[in-house]
Amino acid sequence: MSNPQQLRYSKEHEWLSTAEDGVATVGITEFAANALGDVVYAQLPEVGSQVTAGETCGELESTKSVSDLYSPVTGEVTEVNEDVVNDPSLVNSAPFEGGWLFKVRIAQEPADLLSADEYAAHTAG
Amino acid sequence: MSSTALRRTALDALHRSLGATMTDFAGWDMPLRYGSERDEHLAVRTKAGLFDLSHMGEITVTGPQAAALLDYALVGNIGGVKVGRARYTMICRADGGILDDLIVYRLGETEYMVVANASNAQVVLDALTERADGFDAAVRDDRDAYALLAVQGPESPGILKQLTDADLDGLKYYAGLPGTVAGVPALIARTGYTGEDGFELFVKPEHAVALWEALTEAGAGVGLVPCGLSCRDTLRLEAGMPLYGNELSTSLTPFDAGLGRVVKFEKEGDFVGREALREAASRAQENPPRVLVGLVAEGRRVPRAGYAVVAGGEVIGEVTSGAPSPTLGKPIAMAYVDAAHAAPGTPGVGVDIRGTHEPYEVVALPFYKRQK
Repeated sequence: MSNPQQLRYSKEHEWLSTAEDGVATVGITEFAANALGDVVYAQLPEVGSQVTAGETCGELESTKSVSDLYSPVTGEVTEVNEDVVNDPSLVNSAPFEGGWLFKVRIAQEPADLLSADEYAAHTAG
Repeated sequence: MSSTALRRTALDALHRSLGATMTDFAGWDMPLRYGSERDEHLAVRTKAGLFDLSHMGEITVTGPQAAALLDYALVGNIGGVKVGRARYTMICRADGGILDDLIVYRLGETEYMVVANASNAQVVLDALTERADGFDAAVRDDRDAYALLAVQGPESPGILKQLTDADLDGLKYYAGLPGTVAGVPALIARTGYTGEDGFELFVKPEHAVALWEALTEAGAGVGLVPCGLSCRDTLRLEAGMPLYGNELSTSLTPFDAGLGRVVKFEKEGDFVGREALREAASRAQENPPRVLVGLVAEGRRVPRAGYAVVAGGEVIGEVTSGAPSPTLGKPIAMAYVDAAHAAPGTPGVGVDIRGTHEPYEVVALPFYKRQK
């Protein structure tokens, strides 16, 4: 699987787009989506809520397990992907595109976000 | 990856070449899924699926007193099983606790094959060996003698007919006969764990790959897909079939599990657990313990094993298995609940899903029954 070069990644397997007007898009990686299996339920943060880098802001439920969703950055949620709420399988079928999870106005981002290559190395073990 | 002392089936390389996600299951490295577990599940319901179940534990019991031994060691009436037929039964401890649930095939007048769950195979083997003391019967560990492939789903008879001359139409549900499939000697059994029509094929491990490939080819035109343990679990859950370690354990008797019908007090002679099971039977009648029920979600959050079932703010039970049901399109669960809340339609029942009480409907099991 390939991780898009223009994105940045957290060790908890979220991706973060380059911010436009201070707002970035967040999703989970293809690696994480494959590990979860078929996602059947997505609880996403509410629009207007504050999320904190490295802290849980929702959950993703698959056939066999439930996983916490972490925010890769600190900021305010400006939009959530209602398509994913209605059809969580988008997380599996298009994790880097139609399966994005939420948008966040970045207040602060951690220094340890990974590049695509660094993330690939992180998941290679 | 941890260093693997995991056992691998004869089909291991094939699974890897198919891109299977593997998982540790009872000490075996088994395919969890090949692609989408939902697609695999729906293939079994509507077409056909092919499973590697070589981790199951086969134990052969032979000798003039093979039937007498099994009647003593198990709770079912095994002597009453006709040659060529199979029976679902259980092996219990003296205190009535369930050691395992089993399928016993009668292969001949004095020959039986007992199939145990992978996680309990050694326990069952040890118990049968110990209980064989004084009987003119031999208990043989045949775990390495068999690979087990299952073809399950409405298309499975058509697929198998292309590969065997055996009389499949004459083979009833819960029956098994020796035959040849794709040129390979096999015990062909009409059993399974999916709620669908299907077959389980016991073959020598060295024949497993050839059989798998022949089945794959024969099923290609009708949508047969390889299936992993993940969809096997959702299939059996929809079919309301218990899983050892979830619905069944040594702390429950068959009566506590709602499966008292497998205990045959009327059979001749004593059997291990008889006294304790008598008491469990009357206890279940007079003062019913928790009852195994089905729960169907109104929302989309999935109950998991161990989650509390609640009503009016009180804990009234516990989820034993839960998953999103591909067939129903909603989360479902099996749970033990207090008898007062066990009737289908009982209002006000919910599951505590990580702190939130989600509403659930109590239903009779199974969730899914195939059209015959």
